[in-house]
Amino acid sequence: MLQWNRASRFWLYFLLLTGALAMIFPFVWMFLSAFKTDADIYAYPPRWLPSHWRVENFIDVFRIIPFARYYLNSVFVTSMITLGQLLLSILAAYSFARLRFPLKSTIFILAIATLIMPFEVLMIPTFIIVHRLGWLDTYQGLIVPFLFNGFSIFFLKQFFEAVPKDLEDAAKIDGCGYLGILIHVILPNTKPAVGTITLFTFLTHWRSYIWPLIITNTTRMRTLPIGLKYFIGEGGEQYHLMMAAACMAILPVLVVYIVAERQFVKSMTFTGLKR
Amino acid sequence: MRMPKRAHLREYGAAYLFLWPALLLGIIFVIVPMISIFYLSFTNWDPITGRKDFVGWMNYVYLIQDPKFHKAIINTLYFAGVKVPLDLVISLFIAVLIDKAIRGVKFFRISFFAPVVTPMVAVAMVWLWLFDPLLGPFNQLLKLIGLEPVGWLNDPRWAMPAVILFSLWKGLGYDIVIFLAGLQAIPQYLIEAAMVDGANSRQIFFRVTLPLLSPVIYFVLLIGIINAFKIFTQISVMTPHGGPLYSTGVMVFYIYQQAFESYKMGRAAAAAVVLFGMVIALTMVQKKVGAKYVTVE
Repeated sequence: MLQWNRASRFWLYFLLLTGALAMIFPFVWMFLSAFKTDADIYAYPPRWLPSHWRVENFIDVFRIIPFARYYLNSVFVTSMITLGQLLLSILAAYSFARLRFPLKSTIFILAIATLIMPFEVLMIPTFIIVHRLGWLDTYQGLIVPFLFNGFSIFFLKQFFEAVPKDLEDAAKIDGCGYLGILIHVILPNTKPAVGTITLFTFLTHWRSYIWPLIITNTTRMRTLPIGLKYFIGEGGEQYHLMMAAACMAILPVLVVYIVAERQFVKSMTFTGLKR
Repeated sequence: MRMPKRAHLREYGAAYLFLWPALLLGIIFVIVPMISIFYLSFTNWDPITGRKDFVGWMNYVYLIQDPKFHKAIINTLYFAGVKVPLDLVISLFIAVLIDKAIRGVKFFRISFFAPVVTPMVAVAMVWLWLFDPLLGPFNQLLKLIGLEPVGWLNDPRWAMPAVILFSLWKGLGYDIVIFLAGLQAIPQYLIEAAMVDGANSRQIFFRVTLPLLSPVIYFVLLIGIINAFKIFTQISVMTPHGGPLYSTGVMVFYIYQQAFESYKMGRAAAAAVVLFGMVIALTMVQKKVGAKYVTVE
């Protein structure tokens, strides 16, 4: 490597540290503000630390909005989409990767073609279909449109194809059926890929915004992002409460991320197709 | 060896048994919408009155004449045109720095990537306060260093830059990680060979590293522009009405408003078709440009 002198080393770390602190600043500010009193928020000059640590802010959030309900809705909807999509994609990917059947390439091309159009373009006809089904403001409406995903199928198919044929033949001789091969041969040999797509799907739908915004219209059905969006209006510029709510939405994710950093980064960057 | 006929049928049966749930849902929720979006753009579907007449090109004519739609296209181009290049340069710069650093690499990686993993709406809420013209820390900071405070999201000139600043903070880490992986994949011997030939570090960066990184840069650009065209969440959270004088009303926001605030589904569908056309056109242009400039080993 190039020899770096002391001065350039200093600038390297100076720049990186400044940048990193700038990235962290909003989180620190959020955390400190979540404990401030109303008066601290309006204080001039602004104060860094709360005058006393007001834990009641968090309780107030639960009083103003059904925060727990939003959270559970998000957990439920995201889990169901992830599980359902995983199941459907594994079965479909297995068919495409290991079985022969009529119209295989036509159907596969069709499945890939679904990746061309972004959801933002498709949301209006999808909304009309969900409306026709009478699924507006329901869990089905939030979940079912996302159970099929061309990308998950394509991604898993690539990995399923790479499992050696010999393993499959051995299982066949042992009397395994197609489902047996999938469960005992294919899946155990593609665990990392299945894990990656699971986390990826979960993260994608955990942050889902435009669809639940469109189809939910009661607080009963709102997911966390939508609940937070309306809290901005309903909370009436009460920044300390907004920050307490933001804290509760952000901190769990941040903690899991710091603990499982590698897995997170891998899942989010293995493709840029969806962000 | 040919399989007997019965075994064939068994295999077909199994394949379709595994496939049908995905196939059915894929047709209903993706293929049908993909086709009907074009049809819808020629109707005046109204979910409240239930009207649905064929109106020909009327929705497209409306869009051509609607100054708000022009604004939405310009705002989208503004966002993409400023955010994407800035993101590219800054994240590449930081990735190079992190690549050179020996200590604290993990800390830097976690700090820069943290905004990427956090929920958009929650962090947008935090930034709403950072941007507050009266109480927010950004304006306090500007005052502290002797600059005029600005209106941020309340000022038509500053609303879009504010959204861009937030989006940069939110997205930088993603591209940094991609660039870091790209940098680490560059074979060390190429850089050493250049050093032996007497190249200085600037020459090495521009003549060796950058060309070898061009596929990664291309990828980041392509994904960055497509995602910039789809921007919606932060706009909707930070500027619920599209900002002062519609200064942050981007295309997806326009589609959303037409469809779900004015209930003009046909008009919104037409705007969605225009958005799709722009994304496809951009992808094709980038493919052409990419074929010319991207170095492939």
